[in-house]
Amino acid sequence: MCEFVLQAEHLEKLIQVIRGEGYQMLGPVLRDGAIVYDQITTTQDLPRGWSDSQEKGFYRVEPGNTGAYFGYAVGPTSWKKFLQLPQRQVWRAQKTDDGLDFVQIVEEAPALAFLGIRSCELHAIGIQDRVFVDDQFCNEDYAHRRDRVLMIAVNCTSPAATCFCTSMNTGPEVTANTDLALTEVINDEEHYFLIASESYRGGQILQQLPLTPAAERHLKAAESAVQSAVYKMEQGPRSLDRAGVKDLLYRNYESPAWDLVAERCLSCANCTMACPTCFCSDVQDTTDLSGEHAERWERWDSCFTGDFSYITGGSVRPDTRSRYRQWMTHKLATWHDQFGSSGCVGCGRCITWCPVGIDITEEVQRIQAMETAL
Amino acid sequence: MVQHSRTVTGSPAQKPKLAVWKFASCDGCQLSLLDCEDELLQLADHVEIAYFMEASSRQQAGPYDLSLVEGSITTAEDARRIREVRAQSRALVTIGACATAGGIQALRNFADVDEFIAVVYAHPEYIATLKTSTPISAHVPVDFELHGCPINKKQLLEVISAFLHRRRPQVPPHSVCIECKLRGNVCVWVAHGTPCMGPVTHAGCGALCPTYNRGCYGCFGPKENPNTESLCHWWRSELGTDKATLIENLRNFNASAPVFDAASRRLEQGSDKK
Ligand code: SF4
Ligand code: SF4
Ligand code: SF4
Ligand code: SF4
Repeated sequence: MCEFVLQAEHLEKLIQVIRGEGYQMLGPVLRDGAIVYDQITTTQDLPRGWSDSQEKGFYRVEPGNTGAYFGYAVGPTSWKKFLQLPQRQVWRAQKTDDGLDFVQIVEEAPALAFLGIRSCELHAIGIQDRVFVDDQFCNEDYAHRRDRVLMIAVNCTSPAATCFCTSMNTGPEVTANTDLALTEVINDEEHYFLIASESYRGGQILQQLPLTPAAERHLKAAESAVQSAVYKMEQGPRSLDRAGVKDLLYRNYESPAWDLVAERCLSCANCTMACPTCFCSDVQDTTDLSGEHAERWERWDSCFTGDFSYITGGSVRPDTRSRYRQWMTHKLATWHDQFGSSGCVGCGRCITWCPVGIDITEEVQRIQAMETAL
Repeated sequence: MVQHSRTVTGSPAQKPKLAVWKFASCDGCQLSLLDCEDELLQLADHVEIAYFMEASSRQQAGPYDLSLVEGSITTAEDARRIREVRAQSRALVTIGACATAGGIQALRNFADVDEFIAVVYAHPEYIATLKTSTPISAHVPVDFELHGCPINKKQLLEVISAFLHRRRPQVPPHSVCIECKLRGNVCVWVAHGTPCMGPVTHAGCGALCPTYNRGCYGCFGPKENPNTESLCHWWRSELGTDKATLIENLRNFNASAPVFDAASRRLEQGSDKK
C-alpha cells in the first residue's frame, strides 16, 4: 500500500472530488453539544478544533488544543442510522375484491460517502454486514444501501476514556476494509493527512488529489500519533478480557451480579440504540380507519423492551435482570456462536450514553469477581 | 403490554357508534380529536359520532360501540356517571393523563382538599368534591388506556382504527428514550446534564421536549418496567438535582400514577433507599 501526503488545506479538495463523483457526503458535525454524523458539503462543516470528554453517563464537547479536524472520539450517533434506517416502510397493501394487493416499498439507495469512520466503526459495519448480507436471511434494503457506500476511514488518534478497542482488537489503527484511510498529523509546523487507497474506487479518487509522496518522517509521525492512542487506552480506565468472557458468561446465568445491575438499569434501551452493532428491529402492521389499507413498518427495537420478547401469555423477559443478561450475553457470548465474532467492538457508546452510567466492562469484571468469591 | 381488548362489533349494516365523554379534565384530549381535521371527516365516514358534546349538541342514546373517556373522577356524581357510561359501552378507552392517572388535579391526593377549597373559593360551602382524584380504571373496567397530557392525535387515530378493525393498537409502552434515539437527538441528560424523565416515561409524544433541548417532564406517565429509584439516585448524586425538583417532576400530570406516586412519597419521607 502506497501512502501519500495531503496537506490539510487540501482536505476541501478531497471532499469536493468525492462529491463530484456523485456521492452525498456524510461526516462529523457539531450539533446540540455533541459531534454527530450528518451531511457535509465543505470542510467548514467539520468540527475542527473540537474534542470531547466522556465518562460513564457523561459527554461534553470541549475545545481541543490542536485545531485538528478529527480530534474527537466517537459520539452519540453511529453510521448504522444510514444503513439500517431507524424506521422504514416495508410494504403497503390495499384490499381488493378477491384479497389483498401488496406493494413492496423499494427506496432508491443514495450513493453515500462516510468521512471519518474509525476502525471500531468499520468493524461494526463488518459485523452488521455478516448479519444482514452474509447470513442466511438477507435484508435487501440494508444490502442496497451498503453496496453504494464509499468509506473514508481515519486512524484514531483521540480515544475517549470510555474506549476499549485495543481489548477487542478493532483499533485504533484501521484494520478492516475501507476505500481510503487517513491519518491526521498536526504539530507546531505542519498539519497534513497521510492518505492511502485500499480499493479501486479509492485509487480513482487519489488520482485527482494534489498529493506528494510520503517521506519516512511523515510515516513515523503518523505511526506515533496512532501509538499514542494505543498508549492512552492501555493506561486508561477500561479493558475487557476478550478471550475469557464468552465462557465466563455461559457459566454465570445465575450470577447475583445480574440482580445488582438490574437495581440500577432503567431498561431504557439507550445502550442498544447507540450501539453500532445492535441490529434488532420490530415490524409493526397497521390499518387505517377505513380498513382498506394496511402498512408494515420496520423500526429499531431493543431487547430492553417488554414487547421484544412478548409472546402469547406475556413477556419472556419481564424483568430488567433478564433483559440486561440477554443484552450482555448476546453481545459478548452468543454472538460468537451465531456470527463467528464478538458483537462488541469496544467503542464505549453504551457506557457514555447510558443515563445511569452502567459500564459493560465493569459489569463483566463484577461477574468475574463474584464468581471467584463464591 | 396491551391490555385485553374487547373489540367493536357493531352490526354490519350499521356504522359503529362512537361516544366521547368528559369527566374532570381540561378538554385538551378531546381537542386532540377535533384537531384531527382531515381524519375527522374520514372518521365520520366510518363511525357514527353519536355523542360528542365538545363538537355537537346532537345526542344519540346508547348503547355505544366505542366510548372514549377523558377526565378523572373527583365527585360522587362522576363516580356514579362513569358506571352508567360503562354499562352503555361495548369498549371503553380512557384518554389522557386525567383519565388514566388522575391528572394534575390528583395533587389533592397528597394534601388536604378542604384546605385547598378554603383558600380558592369564596363560598366553600357550595363545593361538593371527593378527597381524591382517581383514574377511570379505579372505578370501572377499562379496555385500553391511551396516555399523554394531552394525548397524541396520531396515536388516538391508531387506537380507534385498531378497535374498529379488531387488532392490537400499535402503542408501544417502552421509554421516551427510544423515540429520542430514533429521531437522532443528542441526549440532553448525558450531553448537557439536563434532568430528563425520558428513561422512566411512556413513549408516545415522539420525544418532543428533548427534541427542543429540554428534559422530558413525564406527561405520558410511567413506561412499562420503570425504575424511578435509580433515576432519582442519579439525578441527585450526579446531576445535582435537589429533592424538591425531583418531587416536582414526579408530581406533574401523572402524580398519582402508582409508580410516580410511590417514588415521590418515598422522597418526601426521606425513605428512598439510595
Ligand atoms: S443485544 Fe439485544 S438489541 Fe442488541 S442485537 Fe442482541 S438482542 Fe438485539
Ligand atoms: S456493546 Fe457498547 S462498547 Fe460494545 S460495540 Fe456496542 S456500544 Fe460499543
Ligand atoms: S444499561 Fe443503561 S442504557 Fe442500557 S437499558 Fe440499562 S439504563 Fe438504559
Ligand atoms: S434526552 Fe431524555 S428521552 Fe432522550 S435519550 Fe436522553 S434521557 Fe432519554
